[in-house]
Amino acid sequence: MGMTMAEKIIAYAAGVESCKAGDIQTVELDRLMSNDGTTHLTIDMYNTKLKNPHIADVNKLVWIVDHNIPSDSPKTAASHKKMRDFAREHGIKFYEGEGVCHQVMMENHVRPGELIFGADSHTCAYGALGAFGTGVGCTDYLYAMVTGTSWLLVPETLRFNLKGKLPEGVYARDLILTIIGRIGANGANYKAMEFGGEGLSSLTMSDRISICNLCVEAGAKTALMEVDDIAMAYLKEHGRKPKAIFTSDEDATFAKVYDIDLSEITPIVAKPHFVDNVVPAKESLGVKINEAFLGSCNNGRLEDLRVGASIIKGKKVSPEVRFLVVPASRAVYQQAMKEGILDIFMEAGAIVMNPNCSVCWGSCQGVIGEGEVLISTGTRNFKGRAGHRDSFVYLASAATVTASAIKGEIATADMV
Amino acid sequence: MNLNKGGIVMGKIFRFHTDVDTDQIIASQYLLFPTIEEMKKYTFESLDPDFAKKVQPGDFVVACENFGCGSSREQAPSVLKALGVKAVIAKSFARIFYRNAINIGLPVIICKDLYDNVADQDEMELLLEEGIIKANGQTFTCTKLPAQMQNILDQGGLIASLNKEV
Repeated sequence: MGMTMAEKIIAYAAGVESCKAGDIQTVELDRLMSNDGTTHLTIDMYNTKLKNPHIADVNKLVWIVDHNIPSDSPKTAASHKKMRDFAREHGIKFYEGEGVCHQVMMENHVRPGELIFGADSHTCAYGALGAFGTGVGCTDYLYAMVTGTSWLLVPETLRFNLKGKLPEGVYARDLILTIIGRIGANGANYKAMEFGGEGLSSLTMSDRISICNLCVEAGAKTALMEVDDIAMAYLKEHGRKPKAIFTSDEDATFAKVYDIDLSEITPIVAKPHFVDNVVPAKESLGVKINEAFLGSCNNGRLEDLRVGASIIKGKKVSPEVRFLVVPASRAVYQQAMKEGILDIFMEAGAIVMNPNCSVCWGSCQGVIGEGEVLISTGTRNFKGRAGHRDSFVYLASAATVTASAIKGEIATADMV
Repeated sequence: MNLNKGGIVMGKIFRFHTDVDTDQIIASQYLLFPTIEEMKKYTFESLDPDFAKKVQPGDFVVACENFGCGSSREQAPSVLKALGVKAVIAKSFARIFYRNAINIGLPVIICKDLYDNVADQDEMELLLEEGIIKANGQTFTCTKLPAQMQNILDQGGLIASLNKEV
Protein backbone atom coordinates (compact mmCIF):
# COMPACT_ATOMS: atom_id res chain seq x y z
CA MET A 1 0.00 0.00 0.00
CA GLY A 2 1.23 3.50 -0.79
CA MET A 3 2.61 5.86 1.84
CA THR A 4 2.33 9.59 2.46
CA MET A 5 5.33 11.91 2.85
CA ALA A 6 4.80 11.95 6.61
CA GLU A 7 4.69 8.14 6.77
CA LYS A 8 7.85 7.85 4.68
CA ILE A 9 9.85 10.31 6.77
CA ILE A 10 8.79 8.60 10.00
CA ALA A 11 9.51 5.13 8.61
CA TYR A 12 12.97 6.26 7.51
CA ALA A 13 13.69 7.80 10.92
CA ALA A 14 12.40 4.66 12.65
CA GLY A 15 14.48 2.35 10.47
CA VAL A 16 11.46 0.39 9.27
CA GLU A 17 10.30 -0.46 5.76
CA SER A 18 6.89 1.08 6.13
CA CYS A 19 4.39 2.48 8.60
CA LYS A 20 0.88 3.82 8.46
CA ALA A 21 -1.24 6.45 10.17
CA GLY A 22 -2.17 5.34 13.68
CA ASP A 23 1.05 3.37 14.27
CA ILE A 24 3.35 4.41 17.08
CA GLN A 25 7.00 4.45 16.04
CA THR A 26 10.23 5.12 17.92
CA VAL A 27 12.25 7.50 15.79
CA GLU A 28 15.82 8.72 15.67
CA LEU A 29 15.70 12.53 15.57
CA ASP A 30 17.92 14.52 13.21
CA ARG A 31 17.82 17.86 14.97
CA LEU A 32 16.55 19.39 18.20
CA MET A 33 15.80 23.12 18.31
CA SER A 34 15.04 24.98 21.51
CA ASN A 35 14.63 28.70 22.24
CA ASP A 36 14.51 30.98 25.28
CA GLY A 37 10.76 30.42 25.76
CA THR A 38 11.36 27.19 27.67
CA THR A 39 15.06 26.19 27.66
CA HIS A 40 15.71 27.46 31.20
CA LEU A 41 13.14 24.93 32.44
CA THR A 42 14.69 22.15 30.34
CA ILE A 43 18.07 22.90 31.91
CA ASP A 44 16.60 22.84 35.43
CA MET A 45 15.10 19.41 34.74
CA TYR A 46 18.37 18.21 33.20
CA ASN A 47 20.26 19.30 36.31
CA THR A 48 17.84 18.16 38.99
CA LYS A 49 15.54 15.41 37.70
CA LEU A 50 17.72 13.04 35.70
CA LYS A 51 19.38 10.01 37.20
CA ASN A 52 22.01 9.97 34.49
CA PRO A 53 22.21 13.38 32.83
CA HIS A 54 23.93 13.29 29.44
CA ILE A 55 23.39 14.41 25.84
CA ALA A 56 23.04 11.68 23.20
CA ASP A 57 24.54 13.73 20.36
CA VAL A 58 25.37 17.35 21.01
CA ASN A 59 25.66 18.00 17.26
CA LYS A 60 21.89 17.62 16.91
CA LEU A 61 21.14 20.45 19.30
CA VAL A 62 20.51 24.05 18.19
CA TRP A 63 19.65 26.64 20.83
CA ILE A 64 18.39 30.07 19.83
CA VAL A 65 17.67 33.14 21.96
CA ASP A 66 14.97 34.98 20.02
CA HIS A 67 11.83 35.48 22.07
CA ASN A 68 13.04 38.18 24.48
CA ILE A 69 16.26 39.41 22.92
CA PRO A 70 17.68 41.74 24.14
CA SER A 71 16.40 40.84 27.57
CA ASP A 72 13.71 43.03 29.10
CA SER A 73 14.20 42.32 32.81
CA PRO A 74 16.61 40.82 35.34
CA LYS A 75 14.47 37.64 35.39
CA THR A 76 14.77 37.23 31.62
CA ALA A 77 18.48 38.01 31.80
CA ALA A 78 18.92 35.23 34.37
CA SER A 79 17.08 32.72 32.16
CA HIS A 80 19.21 33.76 29.17
CA LYS A 81 22.41 33.43 31.19
CA LYS A 82 21.43 29.94 32.28
CA MET A 83 20.89 28.98 28.63
CA ARG A 84 24.08 30.66 27.41
CA ASP A 85 26.27 29.10 30.12
CA PHE A 86 24.85 25.60 29.57
CA ALA A 87 25.27 25.85 25.79
CA ARG A 88 28.90 26.92 26.17
CA GLU A 89 29.70 24.27 28.77
CA HIS A 90 28.29 21.47 26.59
CA GLY A 91 29.34 22.79 23.18
CA ILE A 92 25.76 23.27 21.92
CA LYS A 93 25.29 25.30 18.72
CA PHE A 94 24.06 28.62 20.06
CA TYR A 95 22.54 31.69 18.41
CA GLU A 96 21.70 34.90 20.23
CA GLY A 97 20.27 37.93 18.46
CA GLU A 98 20.64 36.28 15.04
CA GLY A 99 16.94 36.06 14.32
CA VAL A 100 13.67 34.28 14.99
CA CYS A 101 14.42 30.61 15.62
CA HIS A 102 12.56 29.17 12.61
CA GLN A 103 14.14 31.61 10.19
CA VAL A 104 17.59 30.82 11.62
CA MET A 105 16.84 27.10 11.26
CA MET A 106 15.69 27.48 7.65
CA GLU A 107 18.74 29.55 6.73
CA ASN A 108 21.27 27.31 8.46
CA HIS A 109 20.12 23.81 9.35
CA VAL A 110 16.92 22.25 7.97
CA ARG A 111 17.33 19.59 5.27
CA PRO A 112 14.67 17.71 3.28
CA GLY A 113 13.73 14.36 4.82
CA GLU A 114 14.80 15.25 8.34
CA LEU A 115 12.71 14.65 11.44
CA ILE A 116 13.08 17.63 13.74
CA PHE A 117 11.72 18.38 17.19
CA GLY A 118 11.48 22.02 18.15
CA ALA A 119 10.42 23.29 21.54
CA ASP A 120 8.16 25.76 19.74
CA SER A 121 4.84 25.09 18.08
CA HIS A 122 5.75 26.78 14.77
CA THR A 123 8.45 24.18 14.09
CA CYS A 124 6.08 22.88 11.41
CA ALA A 125 7.57 25.65 9.21
CA TYR A 126 10.38 23.26 8.23
CA GLY A 127 8.00 21.42 5.92
CA ALA A 128 8.73 24.15 3.38
CA LEU A 129 11.95 22.18 2.77
CA GLY A 130 10.26 18.77 2.98
CA ALA A 131 11.33 18.16 6.58
CA PHE A 132 9.00 16.82 9.29
CA GLY A 133 9.18 19.48 12.00
CA THR A 134 6.93 19.27 15.02
CA GLY A 135 6.55 21.27 18.21
CA VAL A 136 7.14 19.66 21.61
CA GLY A 137 7.28 20.75 25.24
CA CYS A 138 10.46 20.77 27.30
CA THR A 139 9.97 17.31 28.82
CA ASP A 140 9.72 15.71 25.37
CA TYR A 141 12.70 17.84 24.36
CA LEU A 142 14.73 16.68 27.34
CA TYR A 143 13.93 13.03 26.64
CA ALA A 144 15.05 13.47 23.03
CA MET A 145 18.17 15.35 24.12
CA VAL A 146 19.19 12.49 26.43
CA THR A 147 18.24 9.56 24.19
CA GLY A 148 18.39 11.03 20.67
CA THR A 149 15.00 9.41 20.10
CA SER A 150 11.31 9.81 20.80
CA TRP A 151 8.00 8.15 20.03
CA LEU A 152 5.54 9.44 17.48
CA LEU A 153 2.00 8.62 16.58
CA VAL A 154 2.07 8.47 12.77
CA PRO A 155 -0.38 11.17 11.64
CA GLU A 156 -3.08 11.01 9.02
CA THR A 157 -2.56 13.49 6.21
CA LEU A 158 -4.74 16.23 4.77
CA ARG A 159 -3.58 16.75 1.20
CA PHE A 160 -3.87 20.19 -0.44
CA ASN A 161 -3.57 20.19 -4.23
CA LEU A 162 -2.66 23.68 -5.34
CA LYS A 163 -3.30 24.96 -8.83
CA GLY A 164 -2.91 28.30 -10.58
CA LYS A 165 -1.21 31.26 -8.96
CA LEU A 166 -2.10 33.95 -6.45
CA PRO A 167 -3.51 37.15 -7.99
CA GLU A 168 -1.49 40.36 -7.86
CA GLY A 169 -1.69 41.83 -4.35
CA VAL A 170 -2.63 38.53 -2.71
CA TYR A 171 -0.08 36.69 -0.61
CA ALA A 172 0.77 33.36 1.03
CA ARG A 173 -0.62 34.72 4.31
CA ASP A 174 -4.02 35.21 2.65
CA LEU A 175 -3.89 31.64 1.34
CA ILE A 176 -3.07 29.96 4.64
CA LEU A 177 -5.59 32.10 6.57
CA THR A 178 -8.22 31.06 4.01
CA ILE A 179 -7.35 27.39 4.55
CA ILE A 180 -7.37 27.70 8.36
CA GLY A 181 -10.70 29.50 8.17
CA ARG A 182 -12.09 26.68 6.10
CA ILE A 183 -10.89 23.73 8.22
CA GLY A 184 -10.98 25.46 11.64
CA ALA A 185 -8.61 25.83 14.60
CA ASN A 186 -8.62 22.09 15.23
CA GLY A 187 -9.30 20.99 11.66
CA ALA A 188 -5.89 19.36 11.36
CA ASN A 189 -5.45 18.30 15.00
CA TYR A 190 -3.03 15.32 15.13
CA LYS A 191 -2.72 15.44 11.33
CA ALA A 192 -0.10 16.39 8.76
CA MET A 193 -0.98 19.04 6.17
CA GLU A 194 0.69 18.22 2.87
CA PHE A 195 0.92 20.68 -0.03
CA GLY A 196 1.68 19.88 -3.65
CA GLY A 197 0.37 20.19 -7.16
CA GLU A 198 1.32 22.39 -10.06
CA GLY A 199 0.44 25.57 -8.16
CA LEU A 200 3.32 25.00 -5.74
CA SER A 201 5.84 26.18 -8.33
CA SER A 202 4.29 29.67 -8.25
CA LEU A 203 5.18 30.04 -4.55
CA THR A 204 8.57 31.32 -3.38
CA MET A 205 10.43 29.75 -0.45
CA SER A 206 9.31 32.72 1.63
CA ASP A 207 5.67 31.95 0.74
CA ARG A 208 6.15 28.30 1.56
CA ILE A 209 7.66 28.96 4.99
CA SER A 210 4.77 31.31 5.74
CA ILE A 211 2.21 28.65 4.78
CA CYS A 212 3.81 25.73 6.64
CA ASN A 213 4.56 27.89 9.69
CA LEU A 214 0.90 28.70 10.29
CA CYS A 215 -0.43 25.13 9.95
CA VAL A 216 -0.21 24.60 13.70
CA GLU A 217 -2.99 27.18 13.97
CA ALA A 218 -5.24 24.49 12.50
CA GLY A 219 -3.78 22.08 15.06
CA ALA A 220 -1.47 20.31 12.60
CA LYS A 221 1.29 18.07 13.90
CA THR A 222 3.40 18.98 10.91
CA ALA A 223 3.23 20.56 7.48
CA LEU A 224 4.99 19.16 4.43
CA MET A 225 5.65 20.41 0.93
CA GLU A 226 6.98 18.55 -2.05
CA VAL A 227 10.65 19.30 -2.67
CA ASP A 228 11.01 20.85 -6.12
CA ASP A 229 13.61 22.90 -8.01
CA ILE A 230 12.79 26.01 -5.97
CA ALA A 231 13.41 24.18 -2.68
CA MET A 232 16.60 22.61 -4.07
CA ALA A 233 17.87 26.00 -5.26
CA TYR A 234 17.29 27.45 -1.76
CA LEU A 235 19.14 24.54 -0.21
CA LYS A 236 22.06 24.90 -2.59
CA GLU A 237 22.23 28.65 -2.05
CA HIS A 238 22.56 27.97 1.68
CA GLY A 239 25.20 25.29 1.18
CA ARG A 240 23.27 22.18 2.18
CA LYS A 241 22.19 18.88 0.67
CA PRO A 242 19.05 16.83 1.37
CA LYS A 243 18.97 13.94 3.82
CA ALA A 244 16.32 12.29 1.64
CA ILE A 245 13.57 13.45 -0.68
CA PHE A 246 10.15 11.87 -0.30
CA THR A 247 6.86 12.35 -2.08
CA SER A 248 3.55 10.70 -1.34
CA ASP A 249 2.75 7.63 -3.43
CA GLU A 250 -0.10 7.87 -5.91
CA ASP A 251 -2.02 5.27 -3.90
CA ALA A 252 -1.24 6.82 -0.52
CA THR A 253 -4.20 7.15 1.83
CA PHE A 254 -5.21 10.72 2.68
CA ALA A 255 -7.77 11.55 5.36
CA LYS A 256 -9.08 14.21 3.02
CA VAL A 257 -8.02 15.90 -0.21
CA TYR A 258 -8.63 19.60 -0.88
CA ASP A 259 -8.27 21.24 -4.29
CA ILE A 260 -7.27 24.88 -3.92
CA ASP A 261 -7.32 27.29 -6.85
CA LEU A 262 -4.81 29.97 -5.89
CA SER A 263 -6.33 32.45 -8.33
CA GLU A 264 -9.51 32.54 -6.23
CA ILE A 265 -7.79 33.68 -3.02
CA THR A 266 -8.42 37.26 -1.83
CA PRO A 267 -6.89 39.45 0.93
CA ILE A 268 -7.95 38.05 4.31
CA VAL A 269 -7.99 39.31 7.89
CA ALA A 270 -8.22 37.10 10.98
CA LYS A 271 -10.21 38.96 13.61
CA PRO A 272 -9.76 38.72 17.40
CA HIS A 273 -9.35 36.34 19.16
CA PHE A 274 -8.94 33.25 16.96
CA VAL A 275 -6.82 32.56 13.89
CA ASP A 276 -9.73 30.77 12.22
CA ASN A 277 -11.99 33.81 12.70
CA VAL A 278 -11.28 34.98 9.15
CA VAL A 279 -13.14 37.40 6.91
CA PRO A 280 -12.30 39.05 3.59
CA ALA A 281 -10.12 42.09 4.41
CA LYS A 282 -12.78 44.26 2.75
CA GLU A 283 -15.16 43.39 5.60
CA SER A 284 -12.78 44.74 8.25
CA LEU A 285 -11.99 48.07 6.65
CA GLY A 286 -12.06 51.13 8.85
CA VAL A 287 -11.25 49.48 12.19
CA LYS A 288 -9.01 52.02 13.97
CA ILE A 289 -5.58 50.69 14.92
CA ASN A 290 -2.97 51.82 17.44
CA GLU A 291 -0.09 49.68 16.27
CA ALA A 292 1.00 47.71 13.21
CA PHE A 293 3.63 44.97 13.18
CA LEU A 294 5.54 43.71 10.15
CA GLY A 295 7.79 40.83 11.18
CA SER A 296 7.86 37.36 12.84
CA CYS A 297 8.76 33.87 11.66
CA ASN A 298 5.68 34.08 9.49
CA ASN A 299 6.21 37.31 7.55
CA GLY A 300 9.53 38.92 8.50
CA ARG A 301 11.48 37.83 5.45
CA LEU A 302 13.01 39.98 2.74
CA GLU A 303 10.08 39.38 0.39
CA ASP A 304 7.66 40.68 3.05
CA LEU A 305 9.78 43.75 3.74
CA ARG A 306 9.98 44.46 0.01
CA VAL A 307 6.19 44.32 -0.23
CA GLY A 308 5.81 46.70 2.72
CA ALA A 309 8.48 49.10 1.41
CA SER A 310 6.93 49.24 -2.05
CA ILE A 311 3.62 50.31 -0.48
CA ILE A 312 4.96 52.85 2.02
CA LYS A 313 7.69 54.43 -0.14
CA GLY A 314 7.17 58.19 -0.20
CA LYS A 315 4.27 57.96 2.26
CA LYS A 316 4.04 58.38 6.03
CA VAL A 317 2.91 56.19 8.90
CA SER A 318 -0.29 57.60 10.42
CA PRO A 319 0.51 59.81 13.44
CA GLU A 320 -1.98 57.67 15.40
CA VAL A 321 0.04 54.47 14.80
CA ARG A 322 3.29 52.91 15.96
CA PHE A 323 4.54 50.84 13.02
CA LEU A 324 7.08 48.20 14.10
CA VAL A 325 9.23 46.67 11.37
CA VAL A 326 11.24 43.67 12.58
CA PRO A 327 13.33 41.67 10.08
CA ALA A 328 13.24 37.93 10.88
CA SER A 329 17.01 37.44 10.91
CA ARG A 330 20.34 39.22 10.74
CA ALA A 331 20.73 38.06 7.13
CA VAL A 332 17.33 39.55 6.25
CA TYR A 333 18.17 42.74 8.14
CA GLN A 334 21.50 43.21 6.35
CA GLN A 335 20.08 42.54 2.91
CA ALA A 336 17.19 44.92 3.61
CA MET A 337 19.74 47.58 4.54
CA LYS A 338 21.68 47.00 1.31
CA GLU A 339 18.51 47.32 -0.75
CA GLY A 340 17.56 50.59 0.96
CA ILE A 341 14.39 49.03 2.34
CA LEU A 342 15.06 50.00 5.93
CA ASP A 343 15.67 53.61 4.84
CA ILE A 344 12.24 53.65 3.25
CA PHE A 345 10.59 52.44 6.46
CA MET A 346 12.63 54.87 8.59
CA GLU A 347 11.75 57.83 6.38
CA ALA A 348 8.09 56.87 6.60
CA GLY A 349 8.26 57.00 10.38
CA ALA A 350 8.37 53.29 11.19
CA ILE A 351 10.25 51.91 14.20
CA VAL A 352 12.81 49.44 12.81
CA MET A 353 13.93 46.93 15.41
CA ASN A 354 16.43 44.12 15.86
CA PRO A 355 15.49 40.58 14.76
CA ASN A 356 13.40 38.89 17.46
CA CYS A 357 9.88 37.58 18.09
CA SER A 358 8.76 41.10 19.03
CA VAL A 359 5.10 41.75 19.79
CA CYS A 360 4.04 38.49 18.14
CA TRP A 361 4.42 36.87 21.52
CA GLY A 362 3.52 39.82 23.72
CA SER A 363 6.48 39.71 26.02
CA CYS A 364 9.20 41.38 24.00
CA GLN A 365 9.07 45.01 22.87
CA GLY A 366 5.99 46.69 21.49
CA VAL A 367 3.30 45.16 23.67
CA ILE A 368 -0.05 46.91 23.49
CA GLY A 369 -2.11 48.37 26.30
CA GLU A 370 -5.67 47.98 27.52
CA GLY A 371 -8.23 48.43 24.76
CA GLU A 372 -5.59 48.90 22.05
CA VAL A 373 -5.76 47.38 18.58
CA LEU A 374 -2.85 45.82 16.70
CA ILE A 375 -2.75 44.65 13.11
CA SER A 376 -0.01 42.12 12.73
CA THR A 377 1.81 39.69 10.46
CA GLY A 378 2.49 37.66 13.61
CA THR A 379 1.35 34.11 14.10
CA ARG A 380 -1.51 34.46 16.58
CA ASN A 381 -4.30 36.78 17.66
CA PHE A 382 -5.31 35.06 20.88
CA LYS A 383 -6.77 37.19 23.67
CA GLY A 384 -3.90 39.01 25.38
CA ARG A 385 -1.35 37.50 23.01
CA ALA A 386 0.26 40.88 22.27
CA GLY A 387 -0.01 42.50 25.67
CA HIS A 388 -2.95 43.52 27.88
CA ARG A 389 -5.63 40.86 28.31
CA ASP A 390 -8.23 43.32 27.03
CA SER A 391 -6.55 44.21 23.75
CA PHE A 392 -7.26 43.19 20.16
CA VAL A 393 -5.10 41.63 17.44
CA TYR A 394 -5.97 41.34 13.75
CA LEU A 395 -3.76 39.17 11.51
CA ALA A 396 -3.10 40.00 7.87
CA SER A 397 -0.49 40.04 5.10
CA ALA A 398 2.51 42.39 4.98
CA ALA A 399 0.63 44.43 2.38
CA THR A 400 -2.53 44.86 4.43
CA VAL A 401 -0.55 45.61 7.60
CA THR A 402 1.54 48.28 5.86
CA ALA A 403 -1.49 49.88 4.20
CA SER A 404 -3.24 49.95 7.60
CA ALA A 405 -0.21 51.60 9.21
CA ILE A 406 -0.49 54.41 6.67
CA LYS A 407 -4.26 54.85 6.97
CA GLY A 408 -4.48 54.45 10.75
CA GLU A 409 -7.25 51.92 10.23
CA ILE A 410 -7.53 48.55 8.56
CA ALA A 411 -7.00 49.08 4.85
CA THR A 412 -5.83 47.12 1.83
CA ALA A 413 -2.90 48.09 -0.36
CA ASP A 414 -5.09 49.39 -3.16
CA MET A 415 -6.46 52.06 -0.81
CA VAL A 416 -3.22 53.93 -0.09
CA MET B 1 -3.33 9.40 47.46
CA ASN B 2 -2.28 7.52 44.38
CA LEU B 3 -3.87 9.08 41.36
CA ASN B 4 -2.55 6.54 38.94
CA LYS B 5 -3.71 3.38 40.64
CA GLY B 6 -7.40 3.84 41.09
CA GLY B 7 -7.45 6.76 43.47
CA ILE B 8 -10.84 8.39 43.87
CA VAL B 9 -10.60 12.15 43.81
CA MET B 10 -13.34 14.68 44.54
CA GLY B 11 -13.13 18.35 43.83
CA LYS B 12 -14.69 21.47 42.39
CA ILE B 13 -15.08 22.11 38.69
CA PHE B 14 -13.61 25.19 37.02
CA ARG B 15 -15.40 25.25 33.68
CA PHE B 16 -13.95 26.85 30.53
CA HIS B 17 -15.15 27.23 26.95
CA THR B 18 -13.91 25.90 23.60
CA ASP B 19 -10.50 26.69 22.02
CA VAL B 20 -8.84 27.71 25.31
CA ASP B 21 -5.31 28.44 24.08
CA THR B 22 -2.09 28.18 26.04
CA ASP B 23 -1.75 31.98 26.13
CA GLN B 24 -4.93 32.03 28.25
CA ILE B 25 -3.59 29.32 30.54
CA ILE B 26 -0.32 31.17 31.14
CA ALA B 27 0.53 34.37 29.26
CA SER B 28 3.83 34.96 27.48
CA GLN B 29 5.08 37.65 29.83
CA TYR B 30 5.45 35.12 32.64
CA LEU B 31 7.13 32.29 30.75
CA LEU B 32 10.70 33.37 31.34
CA PHE B 33 10.22 33.66 35.08
CA PRO B 34 12.78 31.37 36.70
CA THR B 35 10.37 28.75 38.07
CA ILE B 36 6.87 27.35 37.65
CA GLU B 37 6.18 28.34 41.27
CA GLU B 38 6.64 32.01 40.34
CA MET B 39 4.41 31.68 37.27
CA LYS B 40 1.49 29.75 38.74
CA LYS B 41 -0.30 32.69 40.37
CA TYR B 42 -0.95 34.09 36.85
CA THR B 43 -2.76 30.96 35.61
CA PHE B 44 -5.84 31.80 33.51
CA GLU B 45 -5.22 35.48 34.27
CA SER B 46 -6.98 36.70 31.11
CA LEU B 47 -10.08 34.55 31.67
CA ASP B 48 -10.40 34.60 35.46
CA PRO B 49 -7.81 36.75 37.29
CA ASP B 50 -8.72 35.11 40.63
CA PHE B 51 -8.41 31.53 39.42
CA ALA B 52 -5.11 30.87 41.18
CA LYS B 53 -6.53 32.13 44.47
CA LYS B 54 -9.77 30.19 44.18
CA VAL B 55 -8.56 26.81 42.96
CA GLN B 56 -7.78 24.23 45.64
CA PRO B 57 -5.60 21.15 45.37
CA GLY B 58 -7.86 18.38 44.11
CA ASP B 59 -10.00 20.60 41.88
CA PHE B 60 -10.64 19.99 38.18
CA VAL B 61 -10.55 21.99 34.98
CA VAL B 62 -13.38 21.10 32.59
CA ALA B 63 -13.53 22.46 29.04
CA CYS B 64 -15.23 22.01 25.70
CA GLU B 65 -13.30 21.31 22.46
CA ASN B 66 -9.61 21.80 21.56
CA PHE B 67 -8.34 22.64 25.04
CA GLY B 68 -4.72 23.85 25.07
CA CYS B 69 -4.41 24.91 21.44
CA GLY B 70 -1.61 27.20 20.34
CA SER B 71 1.88 27.35 21.71
CA SER B 72 3.98 24.36 22.82
CA ARG B 73 4.76 25.99 26.17
CA GLU B 74 4.93 23.21 28.73
CA GLN B 75 4.42 25.88 31.35
CA ALA B 76 0.67 25.55 30.57
CA PRO B 77 0.09 22.08 32.04
CA SER B 78 2.88 22.71 34.58
CA VAL B 79 1.15 25.68 36.26
CA LEU B 80 -2.11 23.71 36.45
CA LYS B 81 -0.32 20.80 38.09
CA ALA B 82 1.58 23.14 40.44
CA LEU B 83 -1.74 24.64 41.61
CA GLY B 84 -2.94 21.15 42.47
CA VAL B 85 -5.38 20.69 39.57
CA LYS B 86 -5.89 16.94 39.59
CA ALA B 87 -7.02 16.48 36.02
CA VAL B 88 -8.22 18.35 32.96
CA ILE B 89 -11.36 16.93 31.37
CA ALA B 90 -12.42 18.12 27.91
CA LYS B 91 -14.30 16.99 24.83
CA SER B 92 -11.00 17.19 22.94
CA PHE B 93 -7.46 18.48 23.39
CA ALA B 94 -4.90 20.11 21.13
CA ARG B 95 -2.15 17.60 20.61
CA ILE B 96 0.91 19.36 22.06
CA PHE B 97 -0.86 20.25 25.32
CA TYR B 98 -2.16 16.69 25.58
CA ARG B 99 1.27 15.19 25.16
CA ASN B 100 2.93 17.71 27.48
CA ALA B 101 0.38 17.07 30.23
CA ILE B 102 0.93 13.30 30.14
CA ASN B 103 4.69 13.84 30.07
CA ILE B 104 4.58 15.80 33.34
CA GLY B 105 2.10 13.42 34.95
CA LEU B 106 -1.06 15.57 34.75
CA PRO B 107 -4.04 13.40 33.77
CA VAL B 108 -5.88 14.73 30.69
CA ILE B 109 -9.15 12.99 30.11
CA ILE B 110 -11.39 13.02 27.07
CA CYS B 111 -15.03 12.92 28.10
CA LYS B 112 -17.61 13.90 25.51
CA ASP B 113 -20.61 14.36 27.81
CA LEU B 114 -19.35 15.97 31.01
CA TYR B 115 -19.03 19.56 29.79
CA ASP B 116 -22.67 19.93 28.77
CA ASN B 117 -23.96 18.50 32.06
CA VAL B 118 -22.03 20.47 34.66
CA ALA B 119 -21.70 24.10 35.71
CA ASP B 120 -18.77 26.05 37.08
CA GLN B 121 -18.13 25.23 40.76
CA ASP B 122 -20.10 21.95 40.67
CA GLU B 123 -18.50 19.06 42.54
CA MET B 124 -17.31 15.98 40.70
CA GLU B 125 -15.66 12.71 41.51
CA LEU B 126 -13.05 11.06 39.30
CA LEU B 127 -12.43 7.32 39.32
CA LEU B 128 -9.31 7.42 37.23
CA GLU B 129 -8.62 3.73 36.83
CA GLU B 130 -12.21 2.94 35.89
CA GLY B 131 -12.37 5.95 33.56
CA ILE B 132 -15.56 7.18 35.22
CA ILE B 133 -16.66 10.62 36.40
CA LYS B 134 -19.60 11.22 38.74
CA ALA B 135 -21.26 14.63 38.95
CA ASN B 136 -24.77 15.91 39.69
CA GLY B 137 -26.02 12.36 40.22
CA GLN B 138 -24.90 11.27 36.76
CA THR B 139 -22.10 8.96 35.69
CA PHE B 140 -19.94 9.75 32.68
CA THR B 141 -17.64 7.40 30.81
CA CYS B 142 -14.27 8.69 29.61
CA THR B 143 -12.17 7.66 26.64
CA LYS B 144 -9.18 5.53 27.61
CA LEU B 145 -5.66 6.85 27.04
CA PRO B 146 -3.60 5.12 24.35
CA ALA B 147 -1.48 2.39 26.02
CA GLN B 148 1.77 4.25 25.31
CA MET B 149 0.52 7.34 27.13
CA GLN B 150 -1.14 5.44 29.99
CA ASN B 151 2.20 3.76 30.58
CA ILE B 152 3.98 7.13 30.84
CA LEU B 153 1.30 8.44 33.22
CA ASP B 154 1.45 5.28 35.35
CA GLN B 155 5.15 5.78 35.84
CA GLY B 156 4.63 9.35 36.99
CA GLY B 157 5.61 11.07 33.75
CA LEU B 158 8.19 10.82 31.01
CA ILE B 159 11.25 11.74 33.09
CA ALA B 160 10.42 9.12 35.73
CA SER B 161 10.05 6.67 32.88
CA LEU B 162 13.39 7.77 31.40
CA ASN B 163 15.14 7.37 34.74
CA LYS B 164 14.09 3.71 34.73
CA GLU B 165 15.53 3.20 31.23
CA VAL B 166 19.04 4.59 31.74
